[in-house]
Amino acid sequence: MDPRTFCAQSRLIVVAGKGGVGKTTVTAAMARMAAGLGLSVLIVEVEGKTGLAAAFGAEDLEYDERELAPGIRARSLTPDVALLEYLDEHGLGRISKRLVKAGLVEVVSTAAPGIKDILILGKVKQLERAGAADLILLDAPAAGHAVSFLMSPRGLREIIRGGPLRSQSEEVLDMLTDPARCRVMLVTLAEETPVNEVVETAFALEDRVGVDLGPVVVNGLYPVLDGLETAPGTDVAPDLAAALAAAGQFRARRQELQQAQVARLAADLPLPQLHLPTLFSVDLVPRHIDELASALAAAIEALPARTEVA
Amino acid sequence: MAVGDLVGDRAILVCCGPGGVGKTTVAAALAVDGARRGRRTVVVTIDPAKRLADALGLGSLTDTPRRIEGDWPGELWALMLDPRSTFDGLVARYAPDPGQAETILANRFYRNIAGALSGTQEYMAMEKLFELHNDERFDLVVVDTPPTRNALDFIDAPRRLSRLLDNRLFRLLMLPARTGLRAVNIATTAFVRTIGKVVGSEVVSDAVTFFQAFEGMEDGFRRRAQGVLDLLADPCTAFVLVTSPRRDAARETEFFAEKLGEAGIGVEALIVNRMHPRFAPAGVGPGEGPLHRNLADLERLADGEEAHVAGLSRRVGAPAVCVPELDTDVHDLAGLARVATYVFASAD
Repeated sequence: MDPRTFCAQSRLIVVAGKGGVGKTTVTAAMARMAAGLGLSVLIVEVEGKTGLAAAFGAEDLEYDERELAPGIRARSLTPDVALLEYLDEHGLGRISKRLVKAGLVEVVSTAAPGIKDILILGKVKQLERAGAADLILLDAPAAGHAVSFLMSPRGLREIIRGGPLRSQSEEVLDMLTDPARCRVMLVTLAEETPVNEVVETAFALEDRVGVDLGPVVVNGLYPVLDGLETAPGTDVAPDLAAALAAAGQFRARRQELQQAQVARLAADLPLPQLHLPTLFSVDLVPRHIDELASALAAAIEALPARTEVA
Repeated sequence: MAVGDLVGDRAILVCCGPGGVGKTTVAAALAVDGARRGRRTVVVTIDPAKRLADALGLGSLTDTPRRIEGDWPGELWALMLDPRSTFDGLVARYAPDPGQAETILANRFYRNIAGALSGTQEYMAMEKLFELHNDERFDLVVVDTPPTRNALDFIDAPRRLSRLLDNRLFRLLMLPARTGLRAVNIATTAFVRTIGKVVGSEVVSDAVTFFQAFEGMEDGFRRRAQGVLDLLADPCTAFVLVTSPRRDAARETEFFAEKLGEAGIGVEALIVNRMHPRFAPAGVGPGEGPLHRNLADLERLADGEEAHVAGLSRRVGAPAVCVPELDTDVHDLAGLARVATYVFASAD
């Protein structure tokens, strides 16, 4: 599939996955790829301190939008500020500061779980409706929480029978369940527990939220190297030969385990996969983002063109 | 202090750190070691993925301690935290009569608290720890904690509920019940109505009912929270930070150690799980072909990880104990034994 077509399928992409699988890295690579195609991109971060800004060599994000790189803007949404803005827009600006200061968010979100989430999703919906960018990437909370995060509008519809928050929930739900407006891209590693969790999350999101799922990103794969089983040449010192052989064995074993998990994921979850390589690095710098953006584009190009669903 | 000494001497070990680093596995390995040292050990996990049960080779865990038989002189017990029933137990303890307890337990606002108030799970973990510490059947409690996205949630947890009960907004909501003064009533009603307009009036009336039912119980909760905090700061408790050498995990761990420090709690052990092994300590040397390329890749990664861990250890103020990436998932006692050989290596 043409990456341009891929990006045009919905304005909003929610990137979700278990902690530590590289959700933020994938968000950054996706943004870079889209910006490279000439699209304007807005990244929305909701948990704070994800390291997204650092990956672009920038300072931590704030509520107000900032440019991270050419064509890529980003902002961090918090429930408190989103609530202030919401109250303001609903003619309650006069008392809003006082309410928020008195801990309204904590009180209300205890009374009706999910209100924090709906405040954030409501803001995202507003950005989506306003066409704030060609592509909006939402770096979602970690896996288990991603389900309750996206479930919040459904849950709130049960609790709240009227008023602005109810209509807000309905509008957010409309966006989440419309494949032309929103998709979820799940990220995982080719390891036992992350694969189990991503399968579970995928089914929960589809059944309980009714959101459209894009391809699953399998991150951190060892690029398959052939010839790892061959013996090191005889001209190599014995110590180094032993190291080469042991490292080769380790790599071959890891590759094998990863391929087995990739196959299991394919069997358990009928979604196309996008494979991203490990970078053999503990740090994430702009150069890595570029490399991953190219890998992502190549993986998308290898996808079959999407068949129309009646 | 070596991890082995902590397991031998202390009464409470709190394992904390970011998600996805193998915290549950490490907690289980520490507990098994406790039993090996002849201690009557109980390990409590919070993880909804039931990984501890897996790691111990059990099908399932409940929230009452269950004994695990094994070839050790001590005892090993395990349980899974159920925040709801722990919270219910607290309410029953502090309610002046069973009728009031029942009113609270049936309230919708209360039922939401267990799942929604940020930090409730952490608070109940601490509460459970307090309970088990005072249980005469055990002399070592190992707690596996929820992944700590926000370090403050964790340390703050016991204080959070009392703060919620002290909240000015709640005071306002409760005023009608307290005073019955007409003037106050009107002002409050207007205030409540405004909130109700936004969030729906049922939500507000649930909250008001809850706080009215809670009257008089705040003190008990506040004292209990203080007891838990004192226990966390007590020398019989050791905090063990578990992390991985990955960039984001290391950053979160550091932030957490900092917050613990601010709360007057020191980190006594740092366990770094899933390190990539090092193959060529003497250096890679020149060479072509896949074998050389692979060795160079892995060594570069090991260099990066070691540098990260050294920095982390220095900033956290505890030596790092490293556990290498194993080639299979740990899901039985044999796997735990493998982890343990690395965790306790420095003690021998």
